[in-house]
Amino acid sequence: MLDEKELILEARHVTRKFPASNHRTLVACNDVNLKFYKGKTLGLVGESGCGKSTFMRFLVSLDTPTEGEILFHGNDITKMKGAKLRDTRQHIQMVFQDPSGSFNPKMKIRDILCEPLLNFQRITKSEKDAVARKLLAQVDLPEDFADRYPHNMSGGQRQRIAIARAIALEPELIVMDEATCALDVSVQKTIIELVVKLQKEKNISIGFIAHDLGLIQSFAHQIAVMYLGNIVEVLPADDLHKNARHPYTQALMGAIFDIHMDFSKKIESIESEAPSPLDVPIGCPFQDRCTHCMEICRKERPLLMELETDHEVACHLFAQKGGAQ
Amino acid sequence: MLEIKDITISYKGRPTVTDFSLTLAQGKICSIVGESGSGKTTVIRAVLGLLAGGGQVTQGEILFEGKSLLSNTKEEWRRLRGSDISMIFQDSGAMTNQTRTIGRQFVEYIRTHETISKADAWQKGVQMLERMRLPSGDNIMKSYPFQLSGGMRQRVGIAMAMTFLPKLLLADEPTSALDVTTQAQIVRQMMALRDEYKTSIIVVTHNLGVAAYMSDFIVVMKQGKIVDAGDREHILYHSDNAYTRLLLDAVPSLGGVRYVG
Repeated sequence: MLDEKELILEARHVTRKFPASNHRTLVACNDVNLKFYKGKTLGLVGESGCGKSTFMRFLVSLDTPTEGEILFHGNDITKMKGAKLRDTRQHIQMVFQDPSGSFNPKMKIRDILCEPLLNFQRITKSEKDAVARKLLAQVDLPEDFADRYPHNMSGGQRQRIAIARAIALEPELIVMDEATCALDVSVQKTIIELVVKLQKEKNISIGFIAHDLGLIQSFAHQIAVMYLGNIVEVLPADDLHKNARHPYTQALMGAIFDIHMDFSKKIESIESEAPSPLDVPIGCPFQDRCTHCMEICRKERPLLMELETDHEVACHLFAQKGGAQ
Repeated sequence: MLEIKDITISYKGRPTVTDFSLTLAQGKICSIVGESGSGKTTVIRAVLGLLAGGGQVTQGEILFEGKSLLSNTKEEWRRLRGSDISMIFQDSGAMTNQTRTIGRQFVEYIRTHETISKADAWQKGVQMLERMRLPSGDNIMKSYPFQLSGGMRQRVGIAMAMTFLPKLLLADEPTSALDVTTQAQIVRQMMALRDEYKTSIIVVTHNLGVAAYMSDFIVVMKQGKIVDAGDREHILYHSDNAYTRLLLDAVPSLGGVRYVG
């Protein structure tokens, strides 16, 4: 059971609409409600284009939602401006998918790591070298990397630098957008181990975007599954494979190629592709690909409802059972 | 059908892949796995004679249906590529020209290998797309690459590669840019090709799960060398090679290791 006192950030009814051609609107996030707890990891999974990154960008104020609020310790960050926004930004940092694209190629690692600290006057220029070395040590890199440029490092090393830069300001929440998917599996494993270690040491909350359920369940506390801008299931990550209820979550799990899978069985996966977010059907967004589609699914959009403690599902299959009880 | 014998491939005199051997029979699927930079792609590019940046096979022999590929003239390569041996890439969208429709490029491709009218080539393209279970082939032929989703583009790439029913299909990370659901569709489709047309396939991938699911034979590469090879049973359960074990341990698995309580 997650403790409400540990709640640090809460998204309430967040909706983001983008104007599209021919007077249409694209709804990238539709009424998203999520909660982030102190020292816990929330994994957000879904197919590409489902709105995961759009949502996470609100948290670091790279974009603002059309409707809804995001409360960070009770203050709505979507309405913040000026000095207050700048101050809050220190507490929420981000690590991007492609580490080479998020560094200035002409800056040395030392300058990259210390830039956020200098920006907020946390250190003086004379302290730079010592601080950079300390940060490098925290992410298990040799200290003399401070003199390197991003281009003469491997992808895994660059991702470590990105993590070091994110933790430099001692934030309360780090958003990681597919931070490991450009890496080899063996490197991915070491990065995940590093993230988990840092989280335990510093009690940081993490919002992790991924499309690999196998990866996310290995280190997240909570998993939210997103489909076409809607959160369809939120559940605890342990025993994910036993407890997942929503047909979409099950489809995602069925499509994973696992080295421990039963190879005599055919891989199950939904045949069709996700519809364009420009024309999301009325009713349940997943209706056209769902094997359990009923009449009500075509008419009415299911809402998230609690199935067990910390486990919410948006599906009419369970709404009926819930009503009968 | 394909026999690679102890080849060494060098870029500018520096050997990148050494002593690589592989024998592939008809209708078999072989996966080459390994980390980035291990030389997986270099090997399959050598088979197609498409080594980038002055790469050369300096030792060994590649035999395709008993005939050496290394002594091929330009003209012989041209006849072979795209008809007997074809290739699909990581992102088939990037191999197409963004400013021309799929149809125009498909027709051009068919007409370089076959004397056929434009209208017939168009029909053939539509048929191929529909055989790859892409709905409304005609619409796709009229679309530009950027109008299609990643999974659809990959299927267009496979449709093109399969037009002349090649005996050998080379796939370079065909699913790694795709979502898990689309990945499963593409993998199933490639296995169906093998069952239906007896095409031999070499897949380069870093996803051990995909490799284990679809292949008859798996080769593990590290720093340009084969470190382990065998069928699924051997690689997954009986291999005592330290590197293979390391790779296997790193694969995240549902209901597997959890780092947090």
